[in-house]
Parts: sequence; C-alpha cells; structure tokens
Amino acid sequence: MKETSPLNLYKQLPQTNCKKCGEETCMAFAAGLIARTRKVEDCTPLIEEKKYAKKLDTLKTIVAPELKMIYVGVGDKQVKIGGEDVMFRHQMTFFNKPPFAYDVTDAMEEAKLVERVKKITNWKKFYIGKWERVEMIAVRSVTDDPTKFAACVKKVMENSDFPLILCSFNPKVLKAGLDVAGKAKPLIYAANKDNWKEVAQLAFDFKVPVVLSVPFDLDGLKSMAVTFASMGLTDLVLDPGTAPNGKMLQQTLQNFINLRRAAVEEAQRDIAYPVMALPINAWLTTDDPVRAAYWESVLTAAFTIRGGAVMIKHSTEAHSMMPDMHLRFNIYTDPRKPVQVKPGLYKVGNPGPESPVFVTTNFALTYYTVESDIASNAIDAYILAINTDGIGVQASVAGGQLNPTKIKDAMNETGFDWKGQKYPALVLPGMAAKFSGELEDLFAGQAKIMVGPEDSGRIVGWMKDMWPPK
Amino acid sequence: MAGKITLSDLNKTLSEMNVQSLEGIKIEGDIEIELDAGAGGVGPLFAYYFGQEAAKIAMQLMNFAKAVGYPVETLMQPVAVASAIAPAPKELTAAAAEVPAFKVASALASAKFSVGTDKTWKTPIQEVTLGATKADGGSRGHVVKLGGERAMPFFPDAAMPHAPKITMDVFDMPIGMAKAVKMHYEDVINSPGEWAKKAVKKFGADMVTVHLISTDPLLKDTPAQEAVKTVEEVLQAVDVPICIGGSGNPNKDPIVLSKAAEVAQGERCLIASANLNMDWEKIGKACVDNGHVCLAWTQLEINSQKELNRKLMKVAGVPRESIVMDPTTAALAYGLDFAYSNMERIRLGALKGDEELTFPMSSGTTNAWGVREAWMVRSPNKDDSDWGDRMLRGPIWEILTGYSLAMAGVDIFMMMHPLAVAYVHEITQSLMGRIEAKSPDTSAWLKMGV
Repeated sequence: MKETSPLNLYKQLPQTNCKKCGEETCMAFAAGLIARTRKVEDCTPLIEEKKYAKKLDTLKTIVAPELKMIYVGVGDKQVKIGGEDVMFRHQMTFFNKPPFAYDVTDAMEEAKLVERVKKITNWKKFYIGKWERVEMIAVRSVTDDPTKFAACVKKVMENSDFPLILCSFNPKVLKAGLDVAGKAKPLIYAANKDNWKEVAQLAFDFKVPVVLSVPFDLDGLKSMAVTFASMGLTDLVLDPGTAPNGKMLQQTLQNFINLRRAAVEEAQRDIAYPVMALPINAWLTTDDPVRAAYWESVLTAAFTIRGGAVMIKHSTEAHSMMPDMHLRFNIYTDPRKPVQVKPGLYKVGNPGPESPVFVTTNFALTYYTVESDIASNAIDAYILAINTDGIGVQASVAGGQLNPTKIKDAMNETGFDWKGQKYPALVLPGMAAKFSGELEDLFAGQAKIMVGPEDSGRIVGWMKDMWPPK
Repeated sequence: MAGKITLSDLNKTLSEMNVQSLEGIKIEGDIEIELDAGAGGVGPLFAYYFGQEAAKIAMQLMNFAKAVGYPVETLMQPVAVASAIAPAPKELTAAAAEVPAFKVASALASAKFSVGTDKTWKTPIQEVTLGATKADGGSRGHVVKLGGERAMPFFPDAAMPHAPKITMDVFDMPIGMAKAVKMHYEDVINSPGEWAKKAVKKFGADMVTVHLISTDPLLKDTPAQEAVKTVEEVLQAVDVPICIGGSGNPNKDPIVLSKAAEVAQGERCLIASANLNMDWEKIGKACVDNGHVCLAWTQLEINSQKELNRKLMKVAGVPRESIVMDPTTAALAYGLDFAYSNMERIRLGALKGDEELTFPMSSGTTNAWGVREAWMVRSPNKDDSDWGDRMLRGPIWEILTGYSLAMAGVDIFMMMHPLAVAYVHEITQSLMGRIEAKSPDTSAWLKMGV
C-alpha cells in the first residue's frame, strides 16, 4: 500500500460511523487500515451491503500490499508469505516473518524421517513472552521416484500438521506428492525453464502456490512470472537463486535487494511476488557440519534482513535454530509498538518467605534481563513489573511513568501477603533510588524499602552484601 | 489473444443459431442477459443450446480476463460446487468437456527486469583514517580507513570504498569471560602486550582496543598516570592502529582518556569514548590536541547522537574527519531490533544529507556475550528445546550480532571471539565481491545427500 493518507481510504468507506468495527469513526478505521492494524473485512457493512460493492473493490486495490501475500497450508498452521510494504523495517514494520522450512528427504529411513519430522515440529523456545517455533517442512525428492516421494510425504503428514513445500523438478514426482498432500495446500518447488508447462498444469489442477526457479536471470524470472500470471496463476514465489559463496553471493544479495525494491518502491506488480531464500545451500560448500551450520546462519541473517520471504533450511542444531529464530524475531518485531510484558508479580525460581521482591518496569527487555540475571544465578525472588507503557527504568523515572504511588498501587493489586514474609522488603532499581523515602512513607512499615544495584547484572553481588536485610 | 469478441458478435452468434426459442434473448450494452421465456417457460431444447452457447461465450470472456491477469480460476470453485449439487445431463457434460478448462501458455513471455537506484542518497559518509605511519608522525605500520560509503551496505547502488574493520578487545586486567572466549586468552590474560600480539598475529585483527578497565574506582582504581603505561606497552607490541577505551566510569574516563591521548600523541588512535553524561568536551579537546579520533557514544537515541556530534564539532572543535559514532549495540535477543533500526536510521539519514550523522559507525559487538543464550550451559526454562553445546552457541551469537549490524551500516566492530572475527570478516568480504570461490550449482541442494 502506497497510500499514506487516511482521508483517501475514508472516501471508500460507508462514512456512517456505525461503530460495528469497534472504532468510533470511519476515519479512525481508515487510520487503522493505513497502519495495517485493521483489515478491510472488519468493516461488515462494506462487505455485506451491495451498494458498497464498488467502494469495496477500490478499497481492496488500494490497501493491497505492495509485495503480494500468498498463503500456504490450511487451518491454524497456515502461513502467510510476503505481503510487505517497506524496504526498511523502521519505515513501518515488516509484517510476515519468513517461515523457516526445514528439510527432510524421501531417501531417509523411516525411523530417522519420523524422528526429524518430530524434532522440527516440536522444537520451541521461550522468548519475550512467546514461543518461537518452526513453521514448515520441506520434503525433497532425492530418489526422483514418485512412489517413494508420495510415501515420504504421507509419513511426514502423519507426524506433523505443518504446511509443506514439495521439492522436485520432476513433475511426476510433484504430482505424486500432490496426490497425497494436495488438499493441504502445499507450496510446490519448482517450475523451471524445462518443466514449467507441466508444473503450471499441476498448480492449476491442485490449486496450489508454486515457486518459479530461474537462478541468476532476473529477465528470465520475470518472463516466467508474467507467463504464469497470463495463465491465471498468481500465487507465485520467486527463486532468483541463492549462491552460498564467492562473488555469486554478492550477486544473490543484490538480486534480493533489487526484487524487493522493484516491488515496494517501484510498484512493479508483475514481479512483486515473495522471494525464496535457500540458506540450505551452505551445505554444498563444506563437509564440516559446524562450518556449514554457521554459514547457513549467516545466509539466513542476510536474507531475513534483506528480502527473503520464505526459507529452506537444514541445520536443526541448537546453535543454528536459536540464533536464527532470535534474529528473525528481532527483525520482524513491530518497531511501532514498545515490547512489553504484562504488569504484575512474577516468580523466579521458588520464592518463599525469605525472598526479596525486586521492582522493575514492564519493558520486556528490561524485565527479561532482570529475570535472567536472577534466574541464571539460582536466586529465588519475586519481580514486580510496573506498567510504564513499556519504557525502561532510567527513562520512566525521568518521565514519571515510574513513580512511588504507582509502585504502591501495583503492589496492592497483586494482593501480596507481606505478613507471610520473614524479611518484608521491596528492592528498588538503583536508578529509582530517589523514590525510597516517599515509598517508606507509603508502605508505612508494611515493608522495608531497599535500593538495589543500578544494573541487574550486579544483583548477585548485592544479594551477598545486602540480603537478608539487617 | 486468440480473437476479439464484441457484443455484436455475441448477438450475431446467437441470432445465427437456428433455434426459435432464442428469439426471446436480449443482450444489453452492460452485458446483462435477459431471458424472455414467454408463457411456455424455458424448454429443455432451449436450455441446452443456450447453455452451450453461453459456456462458449463465458470461456472466451474468461480467456480474455486471464489475459489481462485476472485470477479466473478462483471463480471456478463455486461453479464446480453448483454442478455437484445438480448434476448436468450427460450430453451437456460431454459438451462442456470439449472446452478446455485451463490452457497452458505455448511459450514463455519475454520480459526484461530493470530497477533503479535510490536517488535520495546524495551525501557520502565522512572518510576517517585511524592510525598514523611514520610519514604522518606516528609509528603504525599501516592505517585503517573507515567510511566513504554512498549507499546502504552491500546495496547495488554504489560499491563500498572500504571493507568493515575489526578491532579486537584487550583488557588491562583479567576480567570475567564466557568459557568459549576465555580459552583463547588464558595464556595472555596478564599481559596486554602479548594479548594484543595474539589478536593481530594469530587472529588477524585489523586493530586492537586496549580497555583501561582497571581505572574503574569500583575495580582497582588505577591512577591515569599508571594506567596509560598499558597503552604504551600495546603500542610497542603491535604496529596496527589502536583504539583506547576507558572503564565506562563517567567521572574517571575524561581524566584517563585525556592522559592516554597524551601518551599516544600522533598515533591517531580511536579514543573510546565521549558521552553526553560525562565531560565530553575534555575528551574531545584531548583528541584534537593530540591528533586522535573521537568515538561519540550515545545510547540508542538518534537525536542524542546528533546532539553529541554537534557539540563535539562546535564546542570541542573536533574536525569532521575525526569523529566515529557508537550508537550502542544491543545484542541479538537483547534488543538487537533497537540497535539495528537506530543504526539503519542514522545511516539513511546521513545518506540523505543530515550532516550531523554522516560519520562511520562502531559496534561493541562483544556485548553479544552478555546474552544468556550465548553463554549459559542450559536453558533456565524447562520447556525449552535443548540448548545444545554453549561452546558452539556463543561464537555464532557474536557473529550474527555483528553481521546484522554490518547490514545496518557499521564500519568497525569491537569483537572478542576469534571464530566470530573470522566469520564477520569473511561474510562482509564476500558481500563486497572480494572472495573468489566457485559457487556450486544452486539447485544441487534438492538432491543433496546430507
């Protein structure tokens, strides 16, 4: 969406301020559309009343993302690919994190296959209040045997409900996979210059999105995209080639940048499809598994930041999945929203009557840093996260979002039983030391107010010197 | 397209049908079809001929719609459902089968791809030289150049004149380090000179940073006069340009760094760093008086960075070619999103002409080792999948922290782990097209054995 003025969207709305969408006015809803926090479908009169049909059409065209968004899979595991509007995340945000598809092959022994599928499907890591997970599985045909491929796809589907990418250049193999998985709307990889007619037919017959693979030839890639669109096939993903090393790697990144730029900055709709990156290609450069995994992570980072919309990956080692997942999380975090935790009292370890209560803010980063500094040192404690609108300690002390009354009120709301504490004490962040006098008065002897270190990294030392209070 | 179709053609086609019942059909200009069935209702014969003809017309219209890029097939679904509810007579199904539902194009179209460059990037980043050779009054073996970019890093718009550089950390007293890092420095931990040598000779550092952390009043409170002997030791041990860091104590650093600037006079060191919360003027002036480059450090806030840069130039008199910025590195998983976008905004602002931001950037990449995922043995969260081997997790944490900030515009990285240094060097060199290597067939992964 290139439109930046809510007024131009407002013109296409009913302008009745009916409030059915939950907004007070149609103008507010229009602003929501601009920010992409609201969807056109949320305006029920526009959808349901025939007289608005023309407005609906116009509006849908205006708000469509610059980079086409396609759906893979069905049900609650369905993934969105593409749908981006900006080149740099701070210009608004990146919307749909590139799904990571980890590979399995039809040459794997059944037990190994099932084990790997389960590992991929069940992998998870907690981070800033959410579980990071894998989204997809890529099934590669190494055997080139349609029967084996179909059996492999079947086995994968028995053990995972993740959307699939069916990978082969052989249309017979792809068809065998689609006969098994077609209804689950997998992505098929890929049409190339040799097989595109057969693959186009498959994409039509099974109504599935398809990857167009034309490595290192953007003219050829665009030609194929235009050809597919002329056949009515527009659920496309582009594979412009991912070279894992050498000068071709430089070319790879530049192709990704150019394709993103053409889509979001130059509105070239005939090439504005999501782009697939293949960090898995790192494994073609070395036999050393650590080297391959590290390089795969480096490639993943490159294309997470610059234009990769979906990726096929290989290493399921913790030293690959953890950093790659975190990097993707960080880059796809909406910079318009402060990252926050729910305000309230948290337990770290197994706190009891002899444990301190540490005060911090609900800025997620601050909270989790404090939590980690306490947890990683095996300290049992409570943390009171104050709602500072997601602002850190230093800034919220200066800005007034953290103040003595708020701390007292927040503590009261938790219903914490001070009387059950052997050492009833509230520990302020060092940077909020100036509140201690006022808080002593507010708590009126209910709890002692202590001043903690300025950096939560020093809580360990502070505990040794200051806890329990004398 | 296979042939034009107009409304009069439609009418003609229909009128040529020698079927009496069709006379009741009118086709209006906006493609509304009216049926005047008359008193007798719609007869079966009429329905057959009309249906067949309408289907042909519909196919032609659909082909037309496809040719202009409309996803016709999405409309086909309800039709299929409808026919399933009321099965068509056999002969009608046969007639419909004659019409191809989907036609594969006979050949690939021939299209050209082209895209422009970003025309708003008009202002180059200031070039800054670190280190001074004998010819310039110093004793360094070579100099290191930063900056000079005219585009975002690795973009096709303009080549980067200088590759990102790496300066490795050396401390003037033993400090706590993650196990994966410590194992590389145990033999030199009590000798900053030997440590610096190892960083340069064994690990290929472009520069070294000597951190005078023992001056921290909460650590050893080493007096400035004594601490700066370590600077002299490092300058003698290696001939690469050096960076001199304090302890981060805002009261002590201006004293320590001014003294260090004096003893390293003429070597064009990077003095790390001046901050708005300390006597930045004293540090800035020490840089000017002794021919050094000042590192301007702010905390994730673009406007503070502008303010500090402005003050260093206007008040302390630091020349443009003697400023490098450290906008703060929040590491991967510990706020990298803030650090990344702050740096990207700074660099884009600079390229678009904000002269208070047109300076090279530095990253304290070593911060990655403060992230628990980089060093903890196992997850404190019981429900997490296994965290694997921390000896392998740590280096990649530092690599990705550094490399992603290279994409945002960082010119010089302060780093610790030798493997991380090697990878950040290799990937940045690769993306500049400086590494020759035969690329494998990029489709070979499909049938790869691993």
